[in-house]
Amino acid sequence: MTAEEATTPQVERPPASVAGPWGWARANLFSTPWNTFLTLASIAVLGWALPPALDWLIFNAVWGHVKPEVCKQADGACWAFISEKYRLILFGRYPFKEQWRPVLAVCALIAMIIFSCNRRFWRAWLGAVWLAGLAIFGTLMWGGVFGLMPVETNLWGGLPLTLILAVVGVVVAFPLSILLALGRRSRMPIVRSFSVAYIELIRGVPLISLLFMASFMLPLFLPNTIKINALLRAQVAIIMFTAAYLAEVVRGGLQSIPKGQYEAAQALGLGFGQMMWKVVLPQAIRAVIPPIVNTFIGMFKDTSLVAIVSLTDLLLATKQAISDPNWRAFFIEGYVFVAFIYFIFCFFMSKYSQHLEKSLRAGERR
Amino acid sequence: MADQDRTIHVPPRPSPWNDPKIRAIIYQIVLIAGVVALGVFLVSNTLTNLQQRQIRTGYGFLDQEAGFFIGETLIPYEAASSYGRAFLVGLLNTLKVSVIGVVLATILGTIIGIARLSQNWIVRRLSSAYVETLRNIPLLLHLFFWYAALTNLLPDTERAANLGLNIFLSKEGLRYPWPEVEPAHIWALTALPFGIAGAVAFSKWAHARQMKTGRQIPLLWPSLAIILGVPLVVWLVGGAPAQFEIPEKTNFGHDGGAAVTPEFMALILGLVTYTASFIAEIVRAGILAVSWGQSEAAGALGLRRGPTLRLVVLPQALRVIIPPMTSQFLNLTKNSSLAVAIGYPDLVSVANTTLNQTGQAIECISLIMAVYLTVSLSIAGAMNWYNRRIALVER
Repeated sequence: MTAEEATTPQVERPPASVAGPWGWARANLFSTPWNTFLTLASIAVLGWALPPALDWLIFNAVWGHVKPEVCKQADGACWAFISEKYRLILFGRYPFKEQWRPVLAVCALIAMIIFSCNRRFWRAWLGAVWLAGLAIFGTLMWGGVFGLMPVETNLWGGLPLTLILAVVGVVVAFPLSILLALGRRSRMPIVRSFSVAYIELIRGVPLISLLFMASFMLPLFLPNTIKINALLRAQVAIIMFTAAYLAEVVRGGLQSIPKGQYEAAQALGLGFGQMMWKVVLPQAIRAVIPPIVNTFIGMFKDTSLVAIVSLTDLLLATKQAISDPNWRAFFIEGYVFVAFIYFIFCFFMSKYSQHLEKSLRAGERR
Repeated sequence: MADQDRTIHVPPRPSPWNDPKIRAIIYQIVLIAGVVALGVFLVSNTLTNLQQRQIRTGYGFLDQEAGFFIGETLIPYEAASSYGRAFLVGLLNTLKVSVIGVVLATILGTIIGIARLSQNWIVRRLSSAYVETLRNIPLLLHLFFWYAALTNLLPDTERAANLGLNIFLSKEGLRYPWPEVEPAHIWALTALPFGIAGAVAFSKWAHARQMKTGRQIPLLWPSLAIILGVPLVVWLVGGAPAQFEIPEKTNFGHDGGAAVTPEFMALILGLVTYTASFIAEIVRAGILAVSWGQSEAAGALGLRRGPTLRLVVLPQALRVIIPPMTSQFLNLTKNSSLAVAIGYPDLVSVANTTLNQTGQAIECISLIMAVYLTVSLSIAGAMNWYNRRIALVER
């Protein structure tokens, strides 16, 4: 035996029963009788449900532009319904010839959101980018300048309406929520009680009651000379609602900041504004970014409630597309399509929040 | 010199403008003034507007005849009943949906939450897929989908599908046999609280006994026997009536027995499947929060699996689970207001109809808000009390 042979470690492969696909299956699928039963039962359920579902969704489905009569004879889904109605679903009653404008507007909005996802761009100038993005969106949608045909907000609909309700909701509600959270932790009793009352009042009632309030009561509250349109009214309700929920999240972040940070800031001679803006808030908000994104997801889904007060958002536009008597039988296709759109947005946000959670915690890892 | 050193340096009083106390008072006065001014502005506008549009004010309309029909009611109601009674019917419908929804969503959510921690890879994947899909789709879309599916895809009323045991499913909803009302049933129901009280007394006695003698007395089965046994005995003494009213086929579908409408079914299906996806995540997080060492320690003390779960793991997991769970229950209750979109006569839907008939928006919406606020705040109060009770007491 040479010296070399003696030092070479004899790597023994693990036995086939614990490594490789067989070992994996034993550990994850057949480790106990109950586990084996679960595996067989779920395979049976999948085998029973999946093939018909796939047949319906893809293999037997009708694609392209065809008459509803063709669809009625097929066994599968009628995606022709979507080809026929996708413009109504995505853009509502926006003038047909002008629909390139909402396309561009939505693209601008989405590009801006994706741009802001990069943490390197989290600087003060990002606010200016957002203002510019919203200005582009507004110009494209409203028109009336640069030779664009003016389009009233009551004709807006579909995806741009849903997105703008969500984006403006976030942009306005977020600063409001910080003020409310600071107010709730303030030492001034009156400021504190106003904040608590507002937050608890709004969180205690359903969003739909706020939307009703905005659409039926707001016109009564304001003088006759001020007319505000339905979109703005719904937007006000969404902002009020989101601000209250976000305020509680931000308060959680503020509570997580140790007292020493406040004291250190004061010892440096910072005033209240500087202390909050430069020391406390950056840490507090960083600590609660994942729940903030969760609130955004909830709020994005909640914009669909404006359908109840007759704003043609993505959901109501779909419902209108389905109400066409020729295509009424294909409601499942319509709802699946729009569910998929909502899903993409929410899924992207939740994955992004998980990613942020991980990368923000990078510094705390040992 | 020495005297001078001993003087205490009092910092100069800040100018009034820089004094935090005076500033705080000024800020609060400004806030009050702002809020009062806004209030006066809104109220005066509202009063002029109401006058101009000749809308009546006050809650007097609650005594007037409602004049609209409500599809499903828990208490007797007809179109000639008052608006107040209509509101009560709506409130009871909201509570009915919420209670049934909370129970079902908890059961489904717990099963899925546990399945997400299963050793079995397929079960784990399937339950994750359920959670990820369902909670990323708006609830209103769920409701529209279920309502459209139930009213379009189910068989017509004349050809209602018999699911066995004389349960019939059709576009009109679900119709099932229901025991005919007999005095014995009511006596049995009245006996139920006594059964529960008996079980509580029994568990107190068993506990005292264990403290005294150190011997454990089985609790679960005897308590169940007491809870169910007392009403059963009352029912047997009352003659044990077991007449069921069975749905009968008529020319227009089925009649008799009890029924739930497709609106109710769609609302329950949507609320339960949606909320369960959130509850599943809460249950999962709660179980993960109890470290494995706790179960091992319990095992080392000689506890078997059942007592380990009941005495060690669950009490700690529940501490994590219950606060977010309550907020999900509240969410479900508030979300049941989406019933208005599919025509289930809940509180919001009744208020909406009333609002359209009387034009008294402020009164109707304030009633909705007051009811939901009462429910939310009382549950939140109960939760705070409970949280204080179970909070960890540290040194």
